[in-house]
Amino acid sequence: MNFLLEPLTYEFMQRGLLASVIVGMLCAVMGTYVVLRGMAFLGDAMAHAILPGVAIAYILKGDLLVGAGIAAVAVALTIGLFTKEGEVKEDTAIGILFAAALSLGVALISTMQTYAVDLSHILFGNVLGVSVSDLWLIGGLSFFILLTVALLYKPFLVISFDPVLAATLRLPAEFLRNLMLVLLALTVVVSLQSVGVSLAAAMLVTPAATAYLLTRRLLPMMLVSAGIGALSSVVGLYISYYYNIVSGSAIVLTATLFFLLAFGWKRLRKA
Amino acid sequence: MSHTPHRLDVQNISIGYGPKTILHDLSFQVPHGTRVAVVGPNGAGKSTLFKALVGLLPLQHGRVLIHGEILGTHKDCVAYVPQREEVDWRFPVTVDDVVMMGRFSQMGWLKNPTAHDRQMVSSSLTQMGIADLASRSIGQLSGGQQQRAFLARAIAQEPHILLMDEPFTGVDITTQEATLRLLDHLQEKEVTAIVSTHDLNLAGSRFDLVLLLNHRLIAFGTPTEVFTKDNLAQAFGNSLLVMENGMMLVDECCPPEEEHHHNEVRK
Repeated sequence: MNFLLEPLTYEFMQRGLLASVIVGMLCAVMGTYVVLRGMAFLGDAMAHAILPGVAIAYILKGDLLVGAGIAAVAVALTIGLFTKEGEVKEDTAIGILFAAALSLGVALISTMQTYAVDLSHILFGNVLGVSVSDLWLIGGLSFFILLTVALLYKPFLVISFDPVLAATLRLPAEFLRNLMLVLLALTVVVSLQSVGVSLAAAMLVTPAATAYLLTRRLLPMMLVSAGIGALSSVVGLYISYYYNIVSGSAIVLTATLFFLLAFGWKRLRKA
Repeated sequence: MSHTPHRLDVQNISIGYGPKTILHDLSFQVPHGTRVAVVGPNGAGKSTLFKALVGLLPLQHGRVLIHGEILGTHKDCVAYVPQREEVDWRFPVTVDDVVMMGRFSQMGWLKNPTAHDRQMVSSSLTQMGIADLASRSIGQLSGGQQQRAFLARAIAQEPHILLMDEPFTGVDITTQEATLRLLDHLQEKEVTAIVSTHDLNLAGSRFDLVLLLNHRLIAFGTPTEVFTKDNLAQAFGNSLLVMENGMMLVDECCPPEEEHHHNEVRK
């Protein structure tokens, strides 16, 4: 018991735990659509694309989350713009923006004096550095994103499963697609502090992919995914505390372990 | 012409992709409750017409009126049974979920299904003979069963116009029979059904009207009016063989490849 309670005597651990559980659940829920709509590459790109925004905010001593948010929304809408008329394929557009944004981000960060430490915090997260105001921002944004996903459950289901039905029912499919990209971008921004840019993509895909193996309907898939995301965050953070591993890595590796267990279980059941 | 309002009034429409026009200047009127077969050679624009009628493709020219109002005014009166490749079969939904989607518009996007919605879903499933499969994943069903699930969804939608793109191609006899029975049932309920098919015998025997297409309207009327040597020659060209005893053979089969290239629908 003491083993579980001891880390919680530190306030930074309490905040870190709360932040990573929220982020774990949020990523896992949004990840359901990432997995089902085949947007894994997009999630990855989005995570890296916010790097320049973060770097600029850092240099200007502004709020990192705000910088990341602006960059993410800009990238999401640019991808939409490039691919709207079908001139550039979506994955090509993503590939170009992904590489450009990552390079720009690293270029900006390399001008800083504390280059290595800053970069590692941005890339891998610094969940133990979450402040009370960060926590409010994470909580508020997450609430907003999850509320939108809950309210638009049916339209998102229809545009993802059967775009033709969406058209016959006169859903504003184009608007909903862009909205989903923006929500995804915001999710990546929120995860920035806890798991970092490069691992946010994993948290978007791994818990949802695990839940896909275990469930047969969308809502249960979302709930199971959220549970796995939260559990991975808690377990990962304890591992990080006791073994002194970077928290983001520990969280993602825990989620990966759950995926492997689910995959193995499914294989055994089939056999 | 009859005095009852036309359910569907197509006025001088041209449809295509980008600058390319596939169907030129099409005009026809369908009275309510008729069964219309859309026939024509591969790549004649049958799927293109359907896409325009459901609102997936913008019209380059002309207009479509339903009950005298512009297409899209009524949000749920057109139902469409998609071709197989337009659906993601690995999506985590049950047959029941799929059919319930047909009710979304009427129940309201923010509301939960009512008892009436559930009743509609289960009666549609029963009508298509797949009530026992309701809780299965859609991906586990056979091709024919999947099609019946989508037909059940179309019924649950309570449309005034039902569009079916090649529902008789590549399905088992049970599904073909269920689809034909549904057509008769729809006619009793005065629902207009517009169905594309390669089966000219079926078009001639089970439908009230036939729409013969080849990039333009070649003929529209009762099967006897439409299936004349001249009309078929215009539509099918070299694929038509006229025998001495008056029998006509049309050398047409297989998936309409050309149209499928345009079928990619972005999610």
